[in-house]
Amino acid sequence: MPRRFEQAALQSMGHALWVRICHWIGAASFATLAVTGFVVLMAHPRLYWGDVGNDLTPALLELPISRNYHHGGWRQNVVFTNEAGSPVSASRTVEIFNQNGWARSLHFLAGWFLVATGASYLLAGFFSGHFRRDLVPRRGEVAPRVLWRELIDRFRWRVPPGEAGPPYGALQKCAYFGVVFLALPLMVLTGLAMSPAIDAGYPFLSGMFGGSQSARTIHFFVFAALVLFAIGHVLMVVLSGFGRQMRAMTWGKRYGQR
Amino acid sequence: MDSDDPILRRRSVIMGLASMGGLLLAGCSEEPPPTYGNILRMGDVLTYEAHRLLLPKHTLAKEYARSQISSIPAIGTTDPADPGQPLFLPDYGESYARLRKGQFADYRLEVEGSVARPGSYTLADLKRFPSRTQITKHTCEEGWSAIAEWTGVPLRTVLEAARVRPSARFVQFYTFDAAADGIDMLDALHPQTILAYGMNGRELPLAHGAPLRVRVETQLGYKSMKFLRRIVVTDEFDDLGPFGSLQNGWSWYAGI
Repeated sequence: MPRRFEQAALQSMGHALWVRICHWIGAASFATLAVTGFVVLMAHPRLYWGDVGNDLTPALLELPISRNYHHGGWRQNVVFTNEAGSPVSASRTVEIFNQNGWARSLHFLAGWFLVATGASYLLAGFFSGHFRRDLVPRRGEVAPRVLWRELIDRFRWRVPPGEAGPPYGALQKCAYFGVVFLALPLMVLTGLAMSPAIDAGYPFLSGMFGGSQSARTIHFFVFAALVLFAIGHVLMVVLSGFGRQMRAMTWGKRYGQR
Repeated sequence: MDSDDPILRRRSVIMGLASMGGLLLAGCSEEPPPTYGNILRMGDVLTYEAHRLLLPKHTLAKEYARSQISSIPAIGTTDPADPGQPLFLPDYGESYARLRKGQFADYRLEVEGSVARPGSYTLADLKRFPSRTQITKHTCEEGWSAIAEWTGVPLRTVLEAARVRPSARFVQFYTFDAAADGIDMLDALHPQTILAYGMNGRELPLAHGAPLRVRVETQLGYKSMKFLRRIVVTDEFDDLGPFGSLQNGWSWYAGI
């Protein structure tokens, strides 16, 4: 075992109770948000850049994820001006897949849980010193050379078998830091920027993303990044001792030891 | 500080519970829409109460230039007189067909409920009120959006003409198909909430709700009811039974 892994194993302190609570509520909320968000996306699997976009305007990206992808078509019913390239209106010739009634409400319910948990976590993490001590990468750790070496280790399935909990490796710190301080806040902001009521009250929100459809597109790409993170995270848990890691994140340090 | 410290541990748990409690409390102001004990509806009501508590009142949705008007799909019912459409109602479908044949000359908008002066208005009556024209974004729950110009009479003007009672809290919209929905008084009195008879500089087209539709610019498109027939002002929340959004599995509040 490389020396840097051994040190980590020796110093591990396990996860604090509030970290464990936030972790599991956050994980359940994220899973719910990911599934319901995908169901919502299936109703209209087209992404745009700018303030508006629909089936009658060009898409930035079309995703083949439901029968609504390139669906049956449109019957034009109005041309609004006599000029060439005039805006038009058209109605659908097919019934589309749409489960947004429950999917949207469940998405926002899970969003409330994530925001409440996230706010508690940020307060506790800041005042307990957890962020400063365990999550903010140190100067030497953000060096590309260090991160690259750790990444290569991961791809060779060389995963530290150390105890669960901090101190974390450089790559691990950067991943957690990115999720907590960049990806999740960005998801909340781009999500809010899509709401017509919030857009009327605080238009700078959609403005800072280049429009509410741009916000929707960013929301999708950050979702994809978070799903990749979640897959990598679970993979690392499995490879570094699934049972011990799960016990440590659920019951605490004592149960994480063998 | 050691995270195993029992005081710190307790403090963080209390902190977490307190912030959750604060959010739940926001959902407990006077008589919110019913949740039916359904956890999804509880979340909807929490979102509604949070918006009412935290968002500035009556700020205008962004208005665009004419050059930014985009193409716009027409979904849901596009002809209430067509028996093949999912929300077709025989009685109202037939009267709609009759009215359309007469170019809506016999059309009347009924305004009733918790008002001192209930009445019915022809299109000409509505066009005699001061009009408002706005180029706004239509956001559909499906995920798409479009920009169009809408011309009509502010709902506030019609409600003032009907002398809404101070006890009134909701405005319900009934249409010529099997759909009905309502909004609260805050959105009803919003300056951009209009009863539109014009779209993109011409009469409101059939597929977009002729002769009259609602525009609620602070909520999703499904609250902007097409083919408007009757407005009822109520003191109590009304889920509108099988015609309303709730019993069809949709959130009543659609500001998000």
